[in-house]
Amino acid sequence: MKPIVQARGLRKCYGALTVVDNIDFAVQPGECFGLLGPNGAGKTTTLKMLLGMVSPDGGELEVMGHPIPEAARHMRERLGVVAQQDNLDPDFTVVENLRTYANYFGIQGSEFEQRLGGLLEFATLAHKADARIDALSGGMKRRLALARALVNDPQLVILDEPTTGLDPQARQLIWQRLRTLLQQGRSLILTTHYMDEAQRLCDRLAIMDNGRILDVGSPNELIRRHIEPHVVEVHGPGLARFQPVAHVLRTEQVGETLFCYTDNERALVESLCEHPELSYLSRAADLEDVFLKLTGRELRE
Amino acid sequence: MMAMMQALLALRWLAVWRRNARVWGKLAGPAMLGNIGEPLLYLLALGFGLGALVGEIEGMDYIAFLASGFVCASVMNTASFESVYSAYTRMAVQETWTAMLYTPLSVADILIGEVAWAASKALLSAFFVLIVAAFLGAVDGWLALWVLPVALLTGVAFSAMALVITAVSRSYDFFLYYFTLLLTPMLLFSGVFFPLDDMPAMVSQIAAILPLWHAIELVRPLMTGQVPTLIPLHLLVLSLYALLPLWLAGRLVSRRLHR
Repeated sequence: MKPIVQARGLRKCYGALTVVDNIDFAVQPGECFGLLGPNGAGKTTTLKMLLGMVSPDGGELEVMGHPIPEAARHMRERLGVVAQQDNLDPDFTVVENLRTYANYFGIQGSEFEQRLGGLLEFATLAHKADARIDALSGGMKRRLALARALVNDPQLVILDEPTTGLDPQARQLIWQRLRTLLQQGRSLILTTHYMDEAQRLCDRLAIMDNGRILDVGSPNELIRRHIEPHVVEVHGPGLARFQPVAHVLRTEQVGETLFCYTDNERALVESLCEHPELSYLSRAADLEDVFLKLTGRELRE
Repeated sequence: MMAMMQALLALRWLAVWRRNARVWGKLAGPAMLGNIGEPLLYLLALGFGLGALVGEIEGMDYIAFLASGFVCASVMNTASFESVYSAYTRMAVQETWTAMLYTPLSVADILIGEVAWAASKALLSAFFVLIVAAFLGAVDGWLALWVLPVALLTGVAFSAMALVITAVSRSYDFFLYYFTLLLTPMLLFSGVFFPLDDMPAMVSQIAAILPLWHAIELVRPLMTGQVPTLIPLHLLVLSLYALLPLWLAGRLVSRRLHR
């Protein structure tokens, strides 16, 4: 099948600064593709190029078969966008927001009324249909932004940090809804800072830093490729005297914590029983380990 | 400019116009009260109060002179405020325009919709001033209905100019430059409140390159039952003040939002 997004040698510079540096990636129909990276990695610029909001300085980009940015207008007829800031219309109620946004796509009258019920139900906002935006919680606003992105029945939905700032219940509901969209056969592209979110939702993801893609794969592939199967985090007084035993393949000291990467966590945990002054956390390697290994641990501000 | 023409004909901008009209509709009551109340108060107070001292100007009652100027001033103010403060709020604060750009709408569609909306509001305000003026006996004949298309064109011009300022602004404070340095002097020295004949010649010369004076040159005769002179010239100047700023605003807003 033809990819829904195909980027080859995509590049964007602002003055002397190369923000997106020659990246290649493809998103397959029906998949959830994640873009992960620290602040300033080039994720948002990449998304803006996909939307046709920013013109690339080099490379080729095709979204749903349309060359971008040349045919961006046609492409957007089948695209949904959930921005980081909800940018809902504060002067309008929930339904008015949806109606007005549908009008931008040329959808109105009975065509819109037919879709309205389904959208409100999808967003679990039927009981808030006539509420003003400032009367909605953060989770409701995000769900409305998601419903708004679906008014034109898009084939591809792009979400920039869809659950940032939401409480755990609200996040769970958004995740369920995104899975529903995937079951309906739509494709999703999302950026996120939450590794658990990426691990749960993304079929494949690209880790970006300094405008480049460092690696692409499914969450499990990336973990296998870069990190030993188990991690034991050790901290406490007397850490300096602690000598990790055999089976520890790699260690890393970060501040007061020693990260021990191992393929035999049991042996390591047993040896830790002889050091009651130390606390530890034994867990499976996850995407965050991959992320920090690839992009480093220093703060990006 | 081509993109603007294509966008104008494609009519997608109607959705932008409707969005703004929908918001306005929620507060139409107080908005219309202002539209009627303000000209009524000014024309009563200045027209009769000041008019008693002034007597006739250019062969007409002062209130007739003032009312015709006030129509144009009202158009200027309405279009400018809408396209400066309200449009800036939509562009920079609420990010309404950004959300629109995720849809098939383009910057050209958005700006044409904004201009059409501001000009519609300006037209409405001109209409109400006309009604109030007629009620006070300051309108002479049906020729005055031609004021409405002139008001629409003038509204387009002032909206387009204002959008240029909005496009380059970083805060609401910036607009004070525009109002203090351009619009207020234009309001005072374009012949709204008094004729420019007794002023130094330079004042008339400067007024003649600004849009408000041309609008008044058309509106004042129309409201007093005369056919204006130099109609094509005045329409040309107003059209240039509509088209060039609209084109420039398109460039500036694209640069601002497409990055």
